[in-house]
Amino acid sequence: MEAQELPCVLIDCIGGKHGVYEDHAEFLKERFCLITMKEYLENKNFLGKKIRAIYMWYHKPVINEELLQSLPNLKIVASSGVGIDHLDLSLLSSYGVKVSNTPFIVSTDTADLGMALMLASSRRLVEGHQMAISPDTEYFPADWLGAEVSGATLGIIGMGTIGYKVAERAKAFEMKILYHNRKQRNKEEERAVGATYCKKIDDLLQQADFVMLVVNLTPQTHKLIGKRELQLMKPTAILINISRGLVVDQDALVEALQNKVIKAAALDVTYPEPLPRDHPLLKLKNVIITPHIGSATVKTRHLMKENMTESIQAGLAGLPIPNEVLL
Amino acid sequence: MSTVMAEQDLPGLLIMGIGGTHGVQESLAALLKKHFSVITMKELLENKKEVGKKIQCIFVSEFRPTIDQELLESLPNLKVIGNSGVGVDHLNLKMISNFGVRVTNTPHAVADSTADMGMALMLASARRLVEGSQIAVSPDTNYFAADWLGVEVTRATLGIIGMGRIGYKVAQRARAFEMKILYHNRNRRSQEEEQAVGACYSEMEDLLQQSDFVMLVVNLTPQTEKLIGKKELGLMKPTATLINISRGAVIDQDALVEALQNKTIKAAALDVTYPEPLPRNHPLLKLNNVIITPHIGTATVQATHMMAEEAIANMLSVLNCQPIPSEVFPQ
Repeated sequence: MEAQELPCVLIDCIGGKHGVYEDHAEFLKERFCLITMKEYLENKNFLGKKIRAIYMWYHKPVINEELLQSLPNLKIVASSGVGIDHLDLSLLSSYGVKVSNTPFIVSTDTADLGMALMLASSRRLVEGHQMAISPDTEYFPADWLGAEVSGATLGIIGMGTIGYKVAERAKAFEMKILYHNRKQRNKEEERAVGATYCKKIDDLLQQADFVMLVVNLTPQTHKLIGKRELQLMKPTAILINISRGLVVDQDALVEALQNKVIKAAALDVTYPEPLPRDHPLLKLKNVIITPHIGSATVKTRHLMKENMTESIQAGLAGLPIPNEVLL
Repeated sequence: MSTVMAEQDLPGLLIMGIGGTHGVQESLAALLKKHFSVITMKELLENKKEVGKKIQCIFVSEFRPTIDQELLESLPNLKVIGNSGVGVDHLNLKMISNFGVRVTNTPHAVADSTADMGMALMLASARRLVEGSQIAVSPDTNYFAADWLGVEVTRATLGIIGMGRIGYKVAQRARAFEMKILYHNRNRRSQEEEQAVGACYSEMEDLLQQSDFVMLVVNLTPQTEKLIGKKELGLMKPTATLINISRGAVIDQDALVEALQNKTIKAAALDVTYPEPLPRNHPLLKLNNVIITPHIGTATVQATHMMAEEAIANMLSVLNCQPIPSEVFPQ
């Protein structure tokens, strides 16, 4: 098939900090006529009409009203990852543009990272590694201890696809599992992972040794965990965030960690990302931060690309769109 | 009859010390004092002749106190050495046995926390957690690169070398990550046990060739010393990670350094090395595909407490001429 017969898809760029991976671009070019933002901006009038889909990788290109107005034939935006808090769904809908994400493919990697952060924080893995390699270390002190994960109580806030996979993993560590969710799961699902529903978030916060945030970011979950919630937690508890930075009131978290209101935090997500280099969270010894790597594995990114391609192809063919995001 | 024994009636127990960086934790010392008249090394050394006679047990924790011929000669009434922890490779079992002294360990208390550590190291290594945390806090970081990736743990293949109590608990945990589990052991487990965790018995070579993660969970014995050497590392996939939660000497460390430098294997995560700590100029400390933790497999409040309790039960059983739950014998 000649290049110009392939449907035109807008991407931000190839390679560099946030661009589509070179090897992914090869795959996409076999199916689409890829147009980078640079190419588009150089020839807006001609290319604007040709673009029928946007392949949104790492939240780029940024979609605003101006862009939507210049792409009269845009049918679908395929966004990488599960979060869609960066998209204005009403705006897109008003232009008749459909949206897809990749909710299922990220679930096991993200659940794995949640477990990794819980274990690393509880066992003080990063601190321990630093001690093991430090030029000043002469011996390993006997009074250097962490806390056990096995048999402890895990409170999962947000028991969607990812939260449930966290519960499946935690069960194997004989953890007691509490969960809080908009909707209670059915009895079979609860029994399969040994999870107990806490209708009131307070009950979960007061009992958990580990509190893991696995919700979407929505207006309802914005600053879900603030000063009040942190104070309800045990002083020996650890907060783990694999959802979005804005789910936590960051200033309240800093205060809680400094005042030993909670014991530690492990955060794959912050607001913003990265944090300013002078942010207090970067200096606290009882905090592990990872650079938003919840779905950062070779295999999963590869599958994301395939999912997004399928969604675009279905959208352009007028067929039911896999992983469509509805308003 | 008084139910509270006067302290001097309790059997004498020698420990390294109480508190600080080398002593037994205060809370554990308090636990020991319920059953024993606790004597520190310092107290013994101040009056070897008098105090030495009183000691019937030694509680060895974090390999201290060191048990040598001189110490054993000064303790004529010593009956048992209760080790905190399961590994006893730091004890000269033959020499101790020649003095008519029994040795016990704590295989039950260590299992959960050590299995957890194995999982923690595997996950941290696969997802590049330590590297990632360094990027997240580095003063030079001004963006998070999109192409910075780790590898999946879910549905990968885990090869467990040593399927004892700890190895089996690792398998139970790994199963929840839908991992394909291969294992190698002196003795094959029963079919039921294998099925319960979805583990397949493998010959060493097959395990090494097929695994994405190889985890060492054996005792250190003359048979397992340098179990993993140049040949074994050469059999592993170049994308594989080696995890060690057993003893440093199970790996030929020089061969490991070479394999990591030449990308024969992808990464290593080690809770144990030989010696501990490594010399500060050791190449393992500088490789960025290596995570080292300071032998913290059982370093939790809960595990150390359980180990002390298990050691106490072992030692009391010897003094009371009852069946000994966990005695270890010279090979």
